[in-house]
Amino acid sequence: MTMPTLAVFKLASCDGCQLTLLDCEDELLALAGRVEISHFLEASSTVAAGPYDLVLVEGSVTTAEDAERVREIRACARHLVTIGACATAGGIQALRNFADVDEYRRTVYAHPEYISALATSTPVSAHVDVDFELRGCPIDRRQLLEVITAFLAGRKPDIPSHSVCFECKRRGTVCVTVAHGTPCLGPVTHAGCGALCPAYGRGCYGCFGPSRSVNLPALIPLLRRDGLDEDATERLLHTFNAPAFDKEVSR
Amino acid sequence: MTATVGPAVLDRDGLDALVSALASQGRTVVGPTVRDGAIVLAELTTAAQLPYGWGVELAAGRYRLVPREDGAAFAHSAGPQSWKSFLHPAREQLWSADRTPEGGLSFTPQEPEAPSYAFLGVRPCDLRAIAIQDRVLTGGRYEDTGYGMRRRRALLIAAECTEPGETCFCVSTGGGPAADAGYDLALTEVVDEDGHRFLVRVGSEEGARLLDLVPHRAADPATQSTARGAVDAARDRMGRELPAVDLRALLGGSLDAERWDDVAARCLTCGNCTMVCPTCFCVTTEEVTDLTGDHTERWQRWDSCFDLDFSHLHEGPVRNSGRSRYRQWLTHKLATWHDQFGSSGCVGCGRCIAWCPAGIDITEEVAALRAEAGTEAER
Repeated sequence: MTMPTLAVFKLASCDGCQLTLLDCEDELLALAGRVEISHFLEASSTVAAGPYDLVLVEGSVTTAEDAERVREIRACARHLVTIGACATAGGIQALRNFADVDEYRRTVYAHPEYISALATSTPVSAHVDVDFELRGCPIDRRQLLEVITAFLAGRKPDIPSHSVCFECKRRGTVCVTVAHGTPCLGPVTHAGCGALCPAYGRGCYGCFGPSRSVNLPALIPLLRRDGLDEDATERLLHTFNAPAFDKEVSR
Repeated sequence: MTATVGPAVLDRDGLDALVSALASQGRTVVGPTVRDGAIVLAELTTAAQLPYGWGVELAAGRYRLVPREDGAAFAHSAGPQSWKSFLHPAREQLWSADRTPEGGLSFTPQEPEAPSYAFLGVRPCDLRAIAIQDRVLTGGRYEDTGYGMRRRRALLIAAECTEPGETCFCVSTGGGPAADAGYDLALTEVVDEDGHRFLVRVGSEEGARLLDLVPHRAADPATQSTARGAVDAARDRMGRELPAVDLRALLGGSLDAERWDDVAARCLTCGNCTMVCPTCFCVTTEEVTDLTGDHTERWQRWDSCFDLDFSHLHEGPVRNSGRSRYRQWLTHKLATWHDQFGSSGCVGCGRCIAWCPAGIDITEEVAALRAEAGTEAER
């Protein structure tokens, strides 16, 4: 029996999410025994041609070339999984969606004419069909293994889409908002990190983006109550998943 | 020391000895202790870890630790967890399966983790909550074997309530601050000019044997009457109350109430109320396969009616809106629970009020439904 092939590609991103694959240290040998790693530049410069059975894509579409490339990637992928906030929501670079890109270009670069970029940073799903989106900035190692394991077993991955609050309560973390008045995006944020930040006494900053059931307009007054003014609220919501949260604010 | 039948009195050293005696019997002692700015339930190795000198200030969506001058250990309420965290844990393995060399499957049930718990400081509301979960998880045709095993081994030392909080309303759910059944020992904390001590009542033979292992004295009339007085006074100091109407009929007749839209506008659907509720029992199961595909495990984990996947049938969730999910929770808790399990599902502990980040108050919501039903009736 031939092993399924795995390929990893990146668009506009920092590489942190695909490095999560290398971070699966204890499981890496077992994984390499189950899939043929055909294209993974962070691990090896030797690449095999597609098509590939499972393709992981990191990063957002920020240039016309990316928009073309993501279609090519889709064409060689039997099963396409996007990983991380850039690929699933546009990433931190999607802050440009709320600003004037030309102004940024003029301010930042000595030779703005060298820079060719789209006016927006968009998730992969805005361009091609995606089979599964794994959230997070960066993604969670256990969740990545779950997605790959589920793919190998031909089943749906067990990636709950409820709030981070579920994870805090399951691990017995005292609610930082109720007990300390700390502003926290946990009630509107997609679970998956294991409620990491509240376990260290800080509020969730939403790096997994909105959960599947979000009532963000109900959270805004609570953030105000807990000391965030309008600017601070906007800053909290405008990080790695800004367009996704923005959609929920105006809902 | 002779065997004690009537009420006894322990001082703080006696309580220390009690925890030591439980530990030396091999029991896992769990009780209240201060951690992360709250009075949590955790494993105790000594009674010195009890929250002596700490109380709480509660409001809807707000919990703050406050120091107490009297040094009391059990003068707090509505902590962030309930005893279900131990009896009905958030995640538990049920069984595993392995592929056999012949190509079949072999199934192995998971032996439940069932330490001999001793719960120290169980409030009367929580005694009632445990009794409700007993009915739900062991009273039907299919027992939750892990729960059943842990529960049967558990020893319950109640602490009667002398300091109800602002979010407490047990009296209006048919309960009260006194422990009347379901305990092995019941403590009532007394702090006055005669010292810091605990009136002890025995509720079982196991409790009597335990009491005999620790230094105590027969209860004097003054301690008994002070303790009774403090518990009686607590009845009248509830911070909140549910309307004194037939809640089953009210909720059953309120399915189309406008109030559900009002609460849905404030509800985050985050699920916190169900997780802190001492009677909410819902779980889902997850199948965990490994990379080889030769080994799989089934785990049970807490779920919530606020999770969209909770009502996922073919083509999606049945309860899509926040309105439908809050209505489901409240209606089940106060009304259809009676049909299913023969009682209400609410003991009035107030946790859902305190630990809702948005401060949604079950008593206020029911009062509003009552008012709306009244308006309807008058039309």
